[in-house]
Amino acid sequence: MRPLAYLDHNATSPLRPAAFDAMAEAMRAGGNPSSVHASGRRARAIVDKARREVASFASAEPSEIVFTSGGTESNNLALSGAGRGRVLVSAVEHDSVRRAAPQAEVLPVDGEGVLDLAALERALAASAEPALVSVMLANNETGVLQPIAEVVRVARSAGALVHCDAVQAAGKVPVDLHDLGVDYLSLSAHKIGGPTGVGALFLRKGAPLSPALHGGGQESNRRAGTENVAGIAGFGAAAVLATPGLDLAVLRDSLEFSLVQIAPTARFFGVGARRLCNTSCVSMPGVPAETQVMGLDLAGVCISAGAACSSGKVQRSPVLEAMGVAAAEAACAIRISLGWNTESTDIERLITAWQDLYIRVRQSDIFHTGSRARAA
Amino acid sequence: MTAITQIRRNDQPIYLDYQATTPMDPRVLEAMMPYFTHKFGNSGSRSHAYGWEAEEGTEKARAQVAKLIGADEKEVIFTSGATESNNLAIRGVAEFYKDRKNHIITTVTEHKCVLDTCRHLEQQGFEVTYLPVRQDGLLDLDVLRAAITDKTVLVSVMAVNNEIGVIQPLAEIGKICRERKVFFHTDAAQAAGKIPLDVEALNIDLMSISGHKIYGPKGIGALYVRRKPRVRLVPMIVGGGQERGFRSGTLPTPLCVGLGEAAEICMKEMDAEAKRLKKLQDRMLNGLRAKLTDIVVNGDLEQRIPGNLNISFAYVEGESLMMGIKNLAVSSGSACTSASLEPSYVLRALGVEEEMAHTSLRIGLGRFTTEHEVDTAVDELVRHVNKLREMSPLWEMAQEGIDIKSIEWAAH
Repeated sequence: MRPLAYLDHNATSPLRPAAFDAMAEAMRAGGNPSSVHASGRRARAIVDKARREVASFASAEPSEIVFTSGGTESNNLALSGAGRGRVLVSAVEHDSVRRAAPQAEVLPVDGEGVLDLAALERALAASAEPALVSVMLANNETGVLQPIAEVVRVARSAGALVHCDAVQAAGKVPVDLHDLGVDYLSLSAHKIGGPTGVGALFLRKGAPLSPALHGGGQESNRRAGTENVAGIAGFGAAAVLATPGLDLAVLRDSLEFSLVQIAPTARFFGVGARRLCNTSCVSMPGVPAETQVMGLDLAGVCISAGAACSSGKVQRSPVLEAMGVAAAEAACAIRISLGWNTESTDIERLITAWQDLYIRVRQSDIFHTGSRARAA
Repeated sequence: MTAITQIRRNDQPIYLDYQATTPMDPRVLEAMMPYFTHKFGNSGSRSHAYGWEAEEGTEKARAQVAKLIGADEKEVIFTSGATESNNLAIRGVAEFYKDRKNHIITTVTEHKCVLDTCRHLEQQGFEVTYLPVRQDGLLDLDVLRAAITDKTVLVSVMAVNNEIGVIQPLAEIGKICRERKVFFHTDAAQAAGKIPLDVEALNIDLMSISGHKIYGPKGIGALYVRRKPRVRLVPMIVGGGQERGFRSGTLPTPLCVGLGEAAEICMKEMDAEAKRLKKLQDRMLNGLRAKLTDIVVNGDLEQRIPGNLNISFAYVEGESLMMGIKNLAVSSGSACTSASLEPSYVLRALGVEEEMAHTSLRIGLGRFTTEHEVDTAVDELVRHVNKLREMSPLWEMAQEGIDIKSIEWAAH
């Protein structure tokens, strides 16, 4: 058995061996893609190949890609680079969208976490100022998918540009730049089994972009800085392999079935909506998320209590809050996320550990209730 | 997975372009390896061992980088590279203090990413002074003193130039800035790990560092931001609040670890390596001078890192020379702009005439350069320069004693 069951793929996914191999080759080759000598040209060829691979992943043209340092930079670049003063975002966007546009108008979601399209339509109709609408393809905490095609339809008729953060959706549902119809689309390599430190912003042909990083003119003057050649190569290799599969949905559904057998009052968030096949956001009633995280960690199961970002602070999930989940219940929610190397044994281990925890907590509850009863 | 045991292959040209990028040191890669494979966690994950393990890696690396420059680890921010570090330092400071001060001073020989950032700020209404440099490539301190005003918030002067390798008088600049209460940023992409840099001794407030210029990976850099007295910045990339809010985004753990290891190796080997490179630099220059006349080294030869030579070969067209010496990977200018055929703006700033600027090569020596490679390069350069000169009517005229500049070329 593996030393640990890693079920936190939405935080980061392990590097795929093929991605590593591509990186190893690039690191061995060395060179700066801007150099004109043979060493530079070889590096350039590696970047170009990966650009074709990543483009093909999203059915886009290679020229529609700007390589960045990751999903956060891609989101920041789209929001500032589109040059629209008016920005509308959903209430469940990642912090890298929310904080990049602090002045944005926030659109509500329903109880399942799905964007209220009527609210978008009303908001867009309320002002003639050219706007940018930013809505994620899938949520990082719940896996709930947004109706991007509808968002685009509504936004287009109001003359708005659309950005879509597809960081969590990529590799789990088809991501097709032109089917989605968005102007900007963000991807991160390490969420699809590529390396950390590299991402992409797709720009539909003709979409405006003022660059955020100034300098050497790399990425067709859209993003300065020597290309992270090995990282980009790894991204390309991961993109080739990251095709949506059904296996994860089977594992995830069996997991949720088992958990509800153990704890009939367990609540799964976003199940009424279309969700990613790999994500489960569940609350164990009455047991704080931190207790679950620690209990599962001791049992060798890695999950999280929400987004893995900076703080380490325990704070209420703004995503669940936006869905109208009561604070007490949200405080008991954990995120389980599966990925390309998840096996059924990992799931079994989680189920066992979760059950042990649930029984232990309930027994101590009964004990406490009993002692209080005796005292009374 | 493939093992990476050998960085260079014999069929590759001799790499003499260490200012464009450096091959990764195998020891660096070795340190990174576990973080590519089993230690793959997100250093922001606080709920399990994978996250903690990754964080241990990034924090050790932060300390290694800090140590190289005499800083505290809390003063080091990881970025995606020196371009981002330079953008963040200059724009971050400018935007934070813009209500009080709006003037920035830099030099005309800075890296393009500094100049472009400054130009961008000018469009936003900031005032920027681009100081000239002397013929040796160094900044005249009196010129700097005279340029500082009550409105000056930042002086940004590179530590080592990427084309000519000259070392700016950092200690003096730092002293002037501190006296005048102006922040001092230095782009140390070409300097860190090659010359001793101590942010305290040099009064540096912000310093940009690149991974791939010091035998570490591409896609990673660092920005030193002084805490006492505190320098404040408006972040450019926001989100999860990583890097104490200065720079959001999941940290690329293997890359951070690689930068840290690269910094530590540079620090340990700096003295010995500098001596070794100085010998190679002398060997290269003496070898060329022994067999060629009319060659000029651009930029001061003393205040210079030993890993750089920038030489103009008179009467030889630089591009033709580049085409000839296929066995040598050198650059005819800064890599970022070398795809264009314009003469280097750095050489022009030194007052190098256009003809001579066009005949220049940047030769970068580094950790894996051998005496044998230097000798081979000298032979190759001599052979091709002589061949091109034999075909050059200008060379012929010069040999006959004609002053080329006196010729009035007729249009035809």
